[in-house]
Amino acid sequence: MLPTPDTSHVSFDTIYEPAEDSYLFLDTLSSASESKWLSERFKKSTRTSSDSSNAVPLVVEAGTGSGVVLAFAAAQSQHIFGRQDILTLGIDVNRNACIATRETVSAAIKTVQKDTETSAVDQILNTIHISSITSDLCTALRPGSVDVLLFNPPYVPTEELPRLPTESENDPTKSQAMPRSAKFESDSYFLSLTYAGGADGMETTNRLLEAIPGVLSDRGVAYVLLCKQNRPDEVKERIRAWGGWNAESVGSSGMQAGWEKLVIVRIWKQEVQ
Amino acid sequence: MKVITANFVTCAVKECKTSAASFPLHFHDAELEQQELDFQPEFIRNVLPRVDWDSLRITANELGFPSLPETKPEGDALNEEQTLKDLHRLLLETQVIEGKLVCGNCGHQPWMLPPSETPNHVFNAVRGGSKKKEKKRA
Repeated sequence: MLPTPDTSHVSFDTIYEPAEDSYLFLDTLSSASESKWLSERFKKSTRTSSDSSNAVPLVVEAGTGSGVVLAFAAAQSQHIFGRQDILTLGIDVNRNACIATRETVSAAIKTVQKDTETSAVDQILNTIHISSITSDLCTALRPGSVDVLLFNPPYVPTEELPRLPTESENDPTKSQAMPRSAKFESDSYFLSLTYAGGADGMETTNRLLEAIPGVLSDRGVAYVLLCKQNRPDEVKERIRAWGGWNAESVGSSGMQAGWEKLVIVRIWKQEVQ
Repeated sequence: MKVITANFVTCAVKECKTSAASFPLHFHDAELEQQELDFQPEFIRNVLPRVDWDSLRITANELGFPSLPETKPEGDALNEEQTLKDLHRLLLETQVIEGKLVCGNCGHQPWMLPPSETPNHVFNAVRGGSKKKEKKRA
């Protein structure tokens, strides 16, 4: 099994701690069938070096949390995408999560690079984490720029959807100066952002799904995790009804009364013939 | 934040999306740091197709880098080591560690830049004595 990126430096006071859903993401991306599919889509052409299919893929994760999923994609880019040169970009509404992600991804890349130095492998991992930005889903992304979009949403159905944090709530000097009870409340609020999905657990996911056709490149693909209560089959049907788009379950875990508890759906544009 | 990031981001304000002035965003009060990385000519050659050249020229100029050629290098120019090295330095080795990215249309900073390179300081301050659970993937 490919190693899980180290997140021991992360404080989980306001950040989602890697759990079953995170690990399902790692296992799905690196599964034989999914890495084969992705490698075929993103492999370098053997024709000319200026071929645009050789363009380095941009891999973006929305809602990175600790950064464990993006770090895994970065460190294992050869296994998953069949190439050593991807660019990763992380997005999270929680500033702490952005700092954590930068650390987790950079460390995971460095670990692989160090291992390469001491082994006989002559391929060097060039993958670079270009930034972790504090922003909401895909709103800050340039249209058509994303090749791979990863999203492990806040998917738990809740009565209310938490509002997005303000700049001052994201200011670390403020939270450090807080009395214990206020800090607890603030931490609980940030944690609610990691799981509370509003109606059907789909309010945030629906906003992300709407952004997919605009933000993905022609070769773009998105992976979105859903739980049973999100009604994955209906979500897939809805995506197929966009016209020209495919949606398939490509990973699942935890059977419950004959249903998978969690599934990962791959969303991609139909080939232009 | 690597300089190449400016190539992939835009203003988060919906009304700005249709305005040409919202791309690229403009660096203000940027503080730069060079981080040395192995120079891989092929990597840079494969990064180039991803780059919007006109906007990169604007960004490079704002950050005080020497002028880039008017058009994106192609053909033989992709084998000129100095050209590739300059781009490697600008796009991948240069980190913006402080500053703002401002939208040319609405004049606002549409989202927060990553904080400066002080993660350990921040973490140690908030980590406290919490015990780390060992978790493994199934």
